[in-house]
This record gives sequence, structure tokens and C-alpha cells, in this order.
Amino acid sequence: MTFRPLDRAAIAARIAQDIPEGWFVNLGIGIPTGVSDYVPNDREVIFHSENGVIGAGPAPAPDKIDPYLVNAGTQHITLRTGGSFVHHADSFAIARGGHLDLCVLGAFEVAESGDIANWARAPDEPVKQVGGAMDLAIGAKRLWVAMEHTTKGNGGSRIRKLCSYPLTAKGVVRRVYTDLAVLEVTPRGFLVVEMIPGMTREGLQERSEAELHWS
Amino acid sequence: MIDKFVPDVAAALAGIADGSVILLPGFGNGMAETLAAGLIAQGARNLTLVANSGGRDTGPVADILASGHVARLICSFVRADSVAGRLFGAAKLELEIVPQGTLAERLRAAGAGISAFYTPTGADTLLAEGRETRIIDGRNCLLEYPLPGDVALCDAWEADRWGNLTHRQSARNFNPVMAMAAKMTIVQTRHVIALGDIPPENVHTPGVFVHRVVHVPA
Repeated sequence: MTFRPLDRAAIAARIAQDIPEGWFVNLGIGIPTGVSDYVPNDREVIFHSENGVIGAGPAPAPDKIDPYLVNAGTQHITLRTGGSFVHHADSFAIARGGHLDLCVLGAFEVAESGDIANWARAPDEPVKQVGGAMDLAIGAKRLWVAMEHTTKGNGGSRIRKLCSYPLTAKGVVRRVYTDLAVLEVTPRGFLVVEMIPGMTREGLQERSEAELHWS
Repeated sequence: MIDKFVPDVAAALAGIADGSVILLPGFGNGMAETLAAGLIAQGARNLTLVANSGGRDTGPVADILASGHVARLICSFVRADSVAGRLFGAAKLELEIVPQGTLAERLRAAGAGISAFYTPTGADTLLAEGRETRIIDGRNCLLEYPLPGDVALCDAWEADRWGNLTHRQSARNFNPVMAMAAKMTIVQTRHVIALGDIPPENVHTPGVFVHRVVHVPA
């Protein structure tokens, strides 16, 4: 039997299905940014952007771009009716103070204990892209991760017993959405709650370094 | 009469000393580009620059770093493919990476007279190596100290002669918190407003945190 991994937009769309009306949500850079495109307009979800935007809306039409309004990826956005602006210390009080119902981050790796690694591939790498990830990871009421199940290069698994890359935070991830499956992080480790059509338990386990649980 | 307006950029930046800690707000917008360019011309050296990001190949942060006037950069984010990444790689720039929320809070603490604080942010990471941590309420936390500046170079949309400011949309970002964290806060404003014409409820950064203002029309 064959299977077809979800593309990045489809992962984002899958996550959007699980975000209920009324949640206050921060979306990280990468796959998570696309999630808001799949939340229907009549479902009121408030998106936070850590540069101080509460109520971030979709990209503007090209003739409506305002250079004074960007998101955390410095992309041009709009403000939803009811939205507001705060300064950076207040914006991170939102992130660190437990006011976000959900944060969705991209990652290099997630461990079965809920550890996340998403800012550097090696301790001495000159790329040090911490940004707001460490604050969001420890502060949101729930942290979900969106990422491909395996690496593009050698097909190594991003679903780990222990992270091999420098940690962003320990024991914080609640759920992982990959191109192959949805996994809950439980006290026993990864619990598979959903697989894409055509994927088998054996096939998913082969692509996961950590042991998977099924019930 | 209190009047914080100065006639030009040179007057705004006069007296910035070698070795100063410079706070530079901005996140995609809200950066005082004219003051940043003026800082290079002003010529102070051996600076510590505090900004959210290390910037790219061009732009105000990259230009300041490329001038060679900065010894140390404190920021949350550095791209490999940037002036900052290359200078750090060549050991020509000291780098302190601070999580963005910790950066904002250390600035706030400096402005608010908070001597130190603990936060779980970064406590279980490489950034905590060799530093003081403590379990608080069952959670590992990292001790963080205030980050005061000698000078903040801020951006405003509107300013009056008392230095009361508004910031447009997401251009607010680090401007209010860096304004309160510096001994000398210098502002470039797009618009000059008569005292009293910014509705008091709408002042984003009160003039008590501002020392000099220069008008830089768009």
C-alpha cells in the first residue's frame, strides 16, 4: 500500500481543524504561519504576533500594504476588527504569562518527554535563531509542533527519544503534527492518534526513533 | 519652557561616548534609521549594540556593525548569512544571544528599577550554562539581570515638545521599553504635534522617558 505525505500547507490545514473558536493563539514561523489561512473567518480565533500585534489578520492586497504593520516573520499583514497593539514587554508578558491558549512552533526535533529543539543545529553554529521561541515554549498553555516526520537529507527521524540538537525548552510539547501522523506527548511517550491514509503502524515506527504507543 | 526638540541629527547624537551601550528598537519597522545612520557618522566606537535581531546584509543594524564601531551585540536572533553572522564567525564581534521575551523583560527591569528576576525561559538550554538557576514552584528558572542602556535611539510617529510619543501600528515594538531603559533617549519622529494635541489617553511613550527629539519627515 502506498501513502502520500501531507505537504506543508496540508499540515497547517490539519492543525487548523483542532483550534476552537475563542482561543488566543501564537503561530511560529514556517509551517505554523500557514495555519491561520485555514481557520474559517466565521470562527473567531485571535492571533498574536510577538512583535506586539493582537488580532493579526491575513496578508493585505498588494495595493493595501502598510509598511507599519508586520508580523513576527516581518511579513505584511492586516489587523482584524477588534485587534490592538502592545509594546514588546507586554507582548512577551502575553507569551510568558500563560495568556496564550496555544502556540504552534516549527521544530527540528521533538523528544518523547516533550522536549523541543528548534533554534540551532549545533552549539557552535553561527546561526542562533532563538527569537521568541524559548519564551513561547515555556509560556503558552499548550504547545503544539508542526514539522516533517523525517529530515529531508538522510531521512533521519525528528521524533526522538532524546533531542540531538540544542534544546529550546524541556517537557513542554503536548502534540506533534507531522506529514505522516498526529502524536500526543503522554507520560509514557508518543501516542499516535492519527495516521495519513496508507500509512501502517510498522511504517510509522520505522520512521520514528522513539518508541510509539498506540493506545 | 520644556522643549526637547533639537535642530538636526548631529545635535541629537552629540556626546555619545566610546564604549556606550546603545539600545536600538525595531522589528521589521519602528527603527530609527536616520539616527542609526547618524550614529556611524557621529563616530563613537567600542559600542555595545542591543537590538532584537542581528539584521541582514544591508539595513541599519548591518550598516552599524559593518562600520566596525560595535564590539558586542546583544540580540535574540542572528542569521548566518548576515554581517552579524560573518563578523561573529570571524571572531570580530562578541555575541550575547538573549531570548526575545527575556530581552524585553531585562530592558523593562532596567527601566523599572527591578534588580533581577527569575524566568523559566532558557533555563534548560545552552543559554543557562554556568549561570544561576533555581527551582521555583517546581519549575527550573534562570536568574536574569536588567539590561540598561546609555543611549536609546527610538522611532516615533508623532512627538510633542515634552517628548510624548505615539508609535504607528506594530512600529511600537521595543520603542517604549527601550525608551525607559536608557539614560539618554533620543527620538526621531515623523510628525511634530503641538503640546496637548496628542490625546492624553493615546500617548504610548510619555515624555518623562525621552530626552531629545529630532524631526525626520517621511
